[in-house]
Amino acid sequence: MGKINVATVTLAHGGGGKAMRDLIDDVFVRVFDNELLAPLEDQARFALTDLSSHGDRLAFTTDSYVVDPLVFPGGDIGKLAVCGTINDLAVGGARPLYLSCSVVIEEGVQVDTLRQIASSMAAAAADAGVSIVTGDTKVVGRGACDKLFINTAGVGVIRKGLDLGAHRATPDDAVLVNGLLGDHGAAILNARGDMALTTPIESDCAALNGLIDTIIDAVPETRFLRDATRGGVATVLNEIAQASQVGIEIFEDETPIREEVKGFCEILGLDPLYLANEGKVVCVVPNAQTDAALAAMAEHPLGVGAARIGHVTQERAGRVIMQTTFGGRRVVDMLVGEQLPRIC
Amino acid sequence: MKYVDEFRDPQKANFLLAEIDKLVPKIRSKLGRPIYIMEVCGGHTHAIFKYGIETMLPDGIELVHGPGCPVCVLPMGRVDDCVALAEMPGVIFTTFGDAMRVPGSQKSLLQAKAEGADVRMVYSPLDALELARENPDRQVIFFGLGFETTMPSTALTILQADEEGIGNFSLFCNHITIIPTIKAILDSPELQLDGFLGPGHVSMVIGTAPYDFIAQRYQRPVVVAGFEPLDVLHSLWMVLKQIAEERVEIENQYNRIVPDAGNEEALDAVGKVFELREFFEWRGLGSIDHSGVRIREPYAKYDAEKRFSVPAIRIADPKSCQCGEVLKGVIKPRDCKVFGKACTPEAPLGALMVSSEGACAAHYQFGDVEKIDRSGAA
Repeated sequence: MGKINVATVTLAHGGGGKAMRDLIDDVFVRVFDNELLAPLEDQARFALTDLSSHGDRLAFTTDSYVVDPLVFPGGDIGKLAVCGTINDLAVGGARPLYLSCSVVIEEGVQVDTLRQIASSMAAAAADAGVSIVTGDTKVVGRGACDKLFINTAGVGVIRKGLDLGAHRATPDDAVLVNGLLGDHGAAILNARGDMALTTPIESDCAALNGLIDTIIDAVPETRFLRDATRGGVATVLNEIAQASQVGIEIFEDETPIREEVKGFCEILGLDPLYLANEGKVVCVVPNAQTDAALAAMAEHPLGVGAARIGHVTQERAGRVIMQTTFGGRRVVDMLVGEQLPRIC
Repeated sequence: MKYVDEFRDPQKANFLLAEIDKLVPKIRSKLGRPIYIMEVCGGHTHAIFKYGIETMLPDGIELVHGPGCPVCVLPMGRVDDCVALAEMPGVIFTTFGDAMRVPGSQKSLLQAKAEGADVRMVYSPLDALELARENPDRQVIFFGLGFETTMPSTALTILQADEEGIGNFSLFCNHITIIPTIKAILDSPELQLDGFLGPGHVSMVIGTAPYDFIAQRYQRPVVVAGFEPLDVLHSLWMVLKQIAEERVEIENQYNRIVPDAGNEEALDAVGKVFELREFFEWRGLGSIDHSGVRIREPYAKYDAEKRFSVPAIRIADPKSCQCGEVLKGVIKPRDCKVFGKACTPEAPLGALMVSSEGACAAHYQFGDVEKIDRSGAA
């Protein structure tokens, strides 16, 4: 197996020759280590029978990860790239099995940084019971990308009989989340250092497939699951309201948000409902199953802070309304563009 | 959150609402029409929508969202000047975040950035000055924007730059003053306002005396208000109480932050660096005399308008916009012909759709729950 002897990635590592092979072997293959990857063919090969034992439909997804900084409190781009794609499969009711890992590296990146990120990908995949079975490496000139971009695609199998979808929300259904909202978005903004706040906010980056299995086992009638990433919980709720042509009413005082995140948003004039999460799932279940779903979540380490934040209504189809703790009501709309800090 | 939750207490809110409920019908029947109260400041507009305060108020009282959103009232021509400055080679153009999206006649700063201009978001003019220190071979321009609230920090930054002799820093000054603007609104013939919530943070700098003319000459009560939801309700109750008791006074609800005399040090710094312009152009309100400031002669070298050439072309507001009428309380945002159709937060035509503090954007984004309930649909 090849070994890399320099500290910095150069264009030579993308040239297709020995340097590239050494980089792939030493940084990625060594830690991803599994039988399907080992032959290093141009594709991973797996038996259909291995898949069909898990269910009757394939789920296939892809996502590209770009984050600044690469390493942040609570995770790094590698963990994010593995967990994010696992979550995109799991919220469809699929058991995630295989991932690809495609990296675009800017010349000048430290090999040690790459090692750290590859190791955290391997660890996150192992924890979640998935294998990284194929990949690709490109190196681009300085300025052509921002340090490191990762794309992961994933294959999973959906268990028989399960049908989850944003269109399935029905009036009176309960809307649940598995814990504190907005941590990832606040952690990333804080880690960029512009505000020089010393508040220790960690990203909630986590693979949700285990938790989601628990929810579906407890409540097979679950209507919809979605990880509330970019655009936050507010965006997911609006998507449900529009797809199902129902209203959604949420309660500010039932919505779990960390004090530090509230304070952070207060200073910057941001709304935590729109902050990204990387380990939070919005669940819609029949109201009668609320307690069963919450109890199942609470037994899983990633569901300790689970809460019912609201419900689906017949009225106000397509809109999300929040009952504020103060006693008023307001519309929680789709975000226009990016959230920008307010002037004063 | 510690120190803040007590200003968001729903029990206290209910107590105030009960008092407001008692006053409103009496005043309304005396006036023979709804009571119109203007919150001057965009921060109040934001709080009113964020906490859903309008949905808690009884029928018979209407809040009119005033001109105190500096991002909203910036005319297109000034944004064009910003873009021109930002696109000059060697320039780092620094701005508060929410000014990035304000449309000029061709593009916004956000678009200019995408096309290659070095536009950076800062949280304070001092961050811009720091960039100037770190990049001695570049010209760092700060986009100074805001009322008396942000004026002192800009003034102090200029004084600091001058003390350190930092030559590559300058200010594109768009600071504006609140008093002439309130006066312009009061002089409007269509005016239908019974009282004001005075701006809290502006008053922290200028004090409460500058509002005296509103009570004396125009016979309207003013209560300088804080920004927490209880502050807003408490101040509304104080204004209503004045109207009910036929008093017209300048009261200070926000006295935990606002000294009646203002902040002398801040005013000194502002007076040293800035002087009034003869007039300044506002989006939606047109040109208002003495409503803007510019840099005084001794600090002229920090004035980006003098140092670099800007197009300075006046761009008229789009004709279909009724921002002026909304600002004066003559119509509600939703009654504007283009609201939500030709004018949305994605593609704002008018000033008030630009920032989340603008009356129209707030109505669009946080919505008017009662209105949705009435129409029964999105």
